[in-house]
Amino acid sequence: MELTLNRPLRRSFMKGLLGTTSFWMAAGSTQWAEALAAETAAQSYQPAFFDMKEYQFLEAASDRLFPSDHNSPGGKALGVAEFIDRQMQTPYGHGENWYMSGPFQQGPANLGYQLPFVPRDLYRKGIAGVETYARQHYGKEFAALAAVQQDEILTVLEGGSVQLGEIPGRVFFEQLRTNTLEGVFADPLYGGNRGLAGWVMLGFPGARADFMDWVNQEGAPYPIGPVSISGETA
Amino acid sequence: MGKKHVDAIIVGAGWAGAILAKELTEAGLSVVMLERGAERTTQIEGAYPDSIDELRGAVRKRLFQNLSQSTVTIRNTMDQTALPYRQLSAFLPGEGVGGAGLHWSGVHFRVAPEDLRLRSSVVERYGEKFIPEGMNLQDYGVTYEDLEPFFDKAEKVFGTSGEAYKVQGKIVGNGNVFSPDRSSDFPLPVMKDTFSASIFRDAAKNAGYHPYALPAANASRQYTNTYGCQMGPCNFCGYCSGYDCYLYSKASPNVNILPALRQDPRFSLIPNAHVLRVDLDSTKTKATGVTYLDTKTRKETSLSADLVILGAFQFNNVHLMLVSGIGKPYDPVSNTGTVGRNFVYQTITSSRVWLPSSTYTNQFVGAGGAGVAIDDFNSMNFDHGPLGFVGGSPVWVNQAGMKPIAAATGAGGGGTPRWGSAYKDALINTYKHSLGIDAHGSNMAYRDVYLDLDPTWKDAYGQPLLRMTFTWKDNDIRMNQYVVSKIEPVARAMGATKMNLVHLNPGQPFDTRKYQTTHLGGGAIMGENPQTSALNRYLQSWDVSNVFVIGSNAFPQGMGYNPTGMVAALAYWAAHHIRTTYLKSPGPLVQA
Repeated sequence: MELTLNRPLRRSFMKGLLGTTSFWMAAGSTQWAEALAAETAAQSYQPAFFDMKEYQFLEAASDRLFPSDHNSPGGKALGVAEFIDRQMQTPYGHGENWYMSGPFQQGPANLGYQLPFVPRDLYRKGIAGVETYARQHYGKEFAALAAVQQDEILTVLEGGSVQLGEIPGRVFFEQLRTNTLEGVFADPLYGGNRGLAGWVMLGFPGARADFMDWVNQEGAPYPIGPVSISGETA
Repeated sequence: MGKKHVDAIIVGAGWAGAILAKELTEAGLSVVMLERGAERTTQIEGAYPDSIDELRGAVRKRLFQNLSQSTVTIRNTMDQTALPYRQLSAFLPGEGVGGAGLHWSGVHFRVAPEDLRLRSSVVERYGEKFIPEGMNLQDYGVTYEDLEPFFDKAEKVFGTSGEAYKVQGKIVGNGNVFSPDRSSDFPLPVMKDTFSASIFRDAAKNAGYHPYALPAANASRQYTNTYGCQMGPCNFCGYCSGYDCYLYSKASPNVNILPALRQDPRFSLIPNAHVLRVDLDSTKTKATGVTYLDTKTRKETSLSADLVILGAFQFNNVHLMLVSGIGKPYDPVSNTGTVGRNFVYQTITSSRVWLPSSTYTNQFVGAGGAGVAIDDFNSMNFDHGPLGFVGGSPVWVNQAGMKPIAAATGAGGGGTPRWGSAYKDALINTYKHSLGIDAHGSNMAYRDVYLDLDPTWKDAYGQPLLRMTFTWKDNDIRMNQYVVSKIEPVARAMGATKMNLVHLNPGQPFDTRKYQTTHLGGGAIMGENPQTSALNRYLQSWDVSNVFVIGSNAFPQGMGYNPTGMVAALAYWAAHHIRTTYLKSPGPLVQA
């Protein structure tokens, strides 16, 4: 799509202004700065919460949950691991909006999550548990296994028969699946959905947010590609 | 030092609170409104493009209640231990100025008149024995005729778009044939049908049903309301539910009432003020004011007032009554007391219909309040005699703007993959070529479904959490299944290549993990008998006459319609009687 041309132009324009008063006036939002920082860092992102082994697990697992195929790039190329690492540093990662007062008592599944762990705990303990499981059953860490073996492990976790230390495998799987899909489909502002490839796959136009002329076009597809909050197009 | 005194305190800055504040300041009262959440103004945090960020909005739930401070516990049956609702999922109460009125979709109904006198209506048609054992079926104590002027008033404040059927006894348009007479037309013309809604309209009509456009508090045109507040035309951007509308098209207290109120010197709004209790005198029959905590400074303040209005979210109103000692707590064993009684919800199931791959439903296009519905199976519009259940359900296509994270996390399951390449294929097909049809139904009240205080868990302020005892009952499951069975032929006529019809099932308890709806109701209901209702027909506490409790807490049953229109009408109804009768001679408006 011809709009792709806008992307490097806009980026270099904004980069030229970076750090100047004009930049902050033009940006009008801290999110612009964040977005630019994310783009610049995408190739050399240094995780802040996860260590490199954990990060490699996230890259590998997100690439099986959301694999590269004829429809789109996979979770690794889309930046899911970076997305999750950055989320761990937000109030969400710290479980600040969850009710985390005890006592913690387990009950029927339909009464919801009852563990004393916030997302940061779930990842730290969950990844360690999966790595233990991988070494016990396959003799290697998760990221070093073949795709088919990684899929076997994820299938077992999803099925709910494995306990990862204090964390039920199913709970960890659901956390990982949810955050992986968020990373694929959230605005690239947050480090994932690189190149808007998640949105391109679904035909979602992103921040266009004006469909006055497409309320009813008798089932024709929407013709314009996506745009992100920072103005990136694809 | 004496406490600061005001004429009226209003708890909660949502629709109910904003309407009461406007009415009471118009009557010349000084009003302080206490809101436990943050200040929220559309021109700042609701502005494009930050507001249309799915992760920040609907996923991380920017506008919703922060459960770390206060939540509820939930159990299905009385013999279980209720456990805390630790993560927002099944229902999403709002928090901050605007309350749920800021994040709602905008479906703005009146009421099916017979829903207001459902017990009487069922008994007249089918006899007393038709009502199942243990069902607390009750009338509201008000009629549609009582409320009509207030529905009309609310629509002119909300800037509601719709198509009338009957105005002043004359058929005027292609609206809902089951809807009652109106004193005037909608203030704005009907919203357009999305493609998905338009094919539902055609198929429903061909099947002999009576499709109509949902009444939407999404402005179909520029509008200036009763208070001089302005709305812009909706462009179907799809960011309604879970978002503050960047176009000022979706009605909210923030856009439609507060701009007028904020200019009134008699009005003040205090955000970050968590009300701990309504203070009562020693007789427990008169409120003297409220005590609140500034959540930033953690400082407690008591305010004195002649009149206290509870306008918090449904269950927060009930919680405040219980922790303050207003009225008698309901006890399901002895079947006595009223506060916590008739806690209700709605039976909502969403079915999915796939169209051929040449047809794109563009599900990201939408408006929260727009769509096409049929009422042929709602309320008392069909013969329940041979069916043996009470209640009903509108059926609709309400394409409100499906975003990719919601679509992706909800996709798969039920025997199909939830990850991997096959999952991706199915997700793409579903996102591009499917549509949803909802059965948005009633939920009756039962003796053993109720609210009380939890014996174990406490909120961040040391008060006991509210405990919900709730599950689905046979009557409502059968109603839902019957209505969903009517979807299948309509979906076939729409050209479905595949469908997934979803209904409630016996033996499946209420699941707190899956979003259903935020339309909770009851718990402090209105009625004609102080033995079976906490509030009289003016939403005044039977026990503490200078406390009025405004919200869906007043509904004796969960109705098929979305509740906001009814809440707004009840708010204006109560305000009218406060202004015309109560203020002249404070005291009970109905003798117990």
